[in-house]
Amino acid sequence: MHIVVTIKQVPDTNEVRIDKKTGTLIREGVPAIMNPEDKHALEAALCIREELGDVKVTVLSMGPPQAGNTLMEALCLGADEAFLACDKAFAGADTLATAYTLAMALKKIAPVDLVLCGSQAIDGDTAQVGPQIAECLGIPQITYAERIKASEKSVEVESGFGAVRRRVSADLPALVTVGKAINRPRYKTMKGIAAAFRDKGVQLLTSQDIKVNPGRIGLTGSPTSVKKTFVPELGRAGRIIDGGPETLSLGIIHTLEAENLLPKS
Amino acid sequence: MSIIIDTDICTGCKRCIPACPYDALAMEGKKAVRTPACTGCGACLDACKYSAISLAGGQGRIKMDITGFSGIYVFIETLGGAISEGSLEILGKARELADSDAASRKTSRVTAVLPGHALDRMPEELIALGADHVIIIDDPRLAVYRTDYYTRVITDVIREKMPEIILFGATPLGRDLAPRIANRIKTGLTADCTGLSLCSKDGILLQTRPAFGGNIMATIVCPDNRPQMATVRPGVMRRAKRDSNRIGTTETMALTLGKKDDLIRHVEVVENTKDAIDFEDARIIIAGGRGIKGPEGFELLGKLAAALGARIGATRAAVEAGWISRAHQIGQTGKTVRPDLYIACGVSGSIQHMAGVMGAGRIIAVNSDRNAPICEMADETYVGDLFSILPELTREITERKTTAA
Repeated sequence: MHIVVTIKQVPDTNEVRIDKKTGTLIREGVPAIMNPEDKHALEAALCIREELGDVKVTVLSMGPPQAGNTLMEALCLGADEAFLACDKAFAGADTLATAYTLAMALKKIAPVDLVLCGSQAIDGDTAQVGPQIAECLGIPQITYAERIKASEKSVEVESGFGAVRRRVSADLPALVTVGKAINRPRYKTMKGIAAAFRDKGVQLLTSQDIKVNPGRIGLTGSPTSVKKTFVPELGRAGRIIDGGPETLSLGIIHTLEAENLLPKS
Repeated sequence: MSIIIDTDICTGCKRCIPACPYDALAMEGKKAVRTPACTGCGACLDACKYSAISLAGGQGRIKMDITGFSGIYVFIETLGGAISEGSLEILGKARELADSDAASRKTSRVTAVLPGHALDRMPEELIALGADHVIIIDDPRLAVYRTDYYTRVITDVIREKMPEIILFGATPLGRDLAPRIANRIKTGLTADCTGLSLCSKDGILLQTRPAFGGNIMATIVCPDNRPQMATVRPGVMRRAKRDSNRIGTTETMALTLGKKDDLIRHVEVVENTKDAIDFEDARIIIAGGRGIKGPEGFELLGKLAAALGARIGATRAAVEAGWISRAHQIGQTGKTVRPDLYIACGVSGSIQHMAGVMGAGRIIAVNSDRNAPICEMADETYVGDLFSILPELTREITERKTTAA
């Protein structure tokens, strides 16, 4: 069985700061990390390998050369093989072009039985690439997995789907996206790190290698574009009220009264 | 740019025929040919194993013929025999956009697309709440949502009706379905929009959404492909005022499945976890953050909430600390709310959290730190120890109620 986990290197959005003058992101000094949900997807793949035995876990990313560092981290965590789709022509891709590129890379490293993705990435928060890869490949998708039971031939998934929990099963090959509730990702071990740096490495895939249609990749293949960005205007009056508990409590009551929100009975 | 089929290379394998979202490829003398329905979307390019299909003018950007598309379509999500609140909010927004299209460009008509089973009086409801037209696809096989059948149904509607815009809720279902459809018909999709408007110059849909954890807002456009697709965050838009006298039309469409539409083997709902917290009609929400210090702090909030008839919200930090369940989470990764009054207790005011309360009528904060970011984002901040202020406030409100009664 061959499982491929898609991985995105993302800026740690908790550390992102905004240049208030220009309204742009300050990326300098912001650490690049493995997208958190992708780490859970990798963990799910490693668990399936431990359960079923004869399973190869491959990690795949699209990004600039430095995204290779994140794939190295995945190898240290226990992935068997790593591919990075890396080409200037891939740059500027929206989700449609990204999914197409990753799907073509998956065709290159086929046969693949199960594709696991994080539900969404913390920089874009779109949750679109997983389902779009599945459609490109014409295989079933099951999203927001909280439990995965895989066998050689099929996969059964329990998902938290808003107001309901669902159980969905599909024959392989299939694609499953996972959320954070599914597991607790393991830590790297010295043994894992040593093995990764000794025996493994990241293999690059260019646009030539994966035989893409140039009209479908990168900026050219992206139907959407960013018209403008701006910093959300969250500022309000900002009045500060000081005093003891009674004074402050009365102040809040006045506000409630003014807004006609104080319950009468 | 348009599609060219090289008849010398074409083997007549017919693989491209089902790949066309607009049914615009046909067989003629054992060769594939384009019919006038072709929009030039390029979905057939990858279907041809022999590279017989290419773009006129080389391998540049694929440009569709977008002239034939019109109308705003809203995908209606149902659950347990009811229309989801989020769908009605989007319908209200679609109505507003259609009414703002004064020059009657292409988007003055709103169509609700209603797939499901046992839909009863839902079409009338949708018309009363802003739809001009309702497309009903009622089939027992659509009773429980499944990606494969729903993708088929909606792509069929798109092929037949050619919408200018189609909107979905940014719910788990909408975010499962919309990308699959966008990929099949090869158009752009913007996720989780919190703002939608029509460009005053060219009528194009301006789709605004938070990115980088809410640190920045981006306005996204899809200029050259149709339909323009977006998922819309629940809790942000407002539903239209009900008007039972509104006139609208309905039509039914059938679910037609091909062999490739059976991707899922089995799907069942195992549990209704129906969110216990209904923020939608809450006039007051009291939220706790890290400064609440633990589950006991939320008990304090609970007492105040009971006295005020308010609902309890929480920041991600409080939820991840395990002090309260995830259903209470408000913010970029939680719910978006718009109460008349938001009382933030021990909330530092991270952008991720405040992005979810932008629409609140008034925000007041109770915080011990006068330099916390929340102080600039609230209308008023009461600086002090919430563990002494909140009980005092609860006592005062309860006392006034007893006196009044």
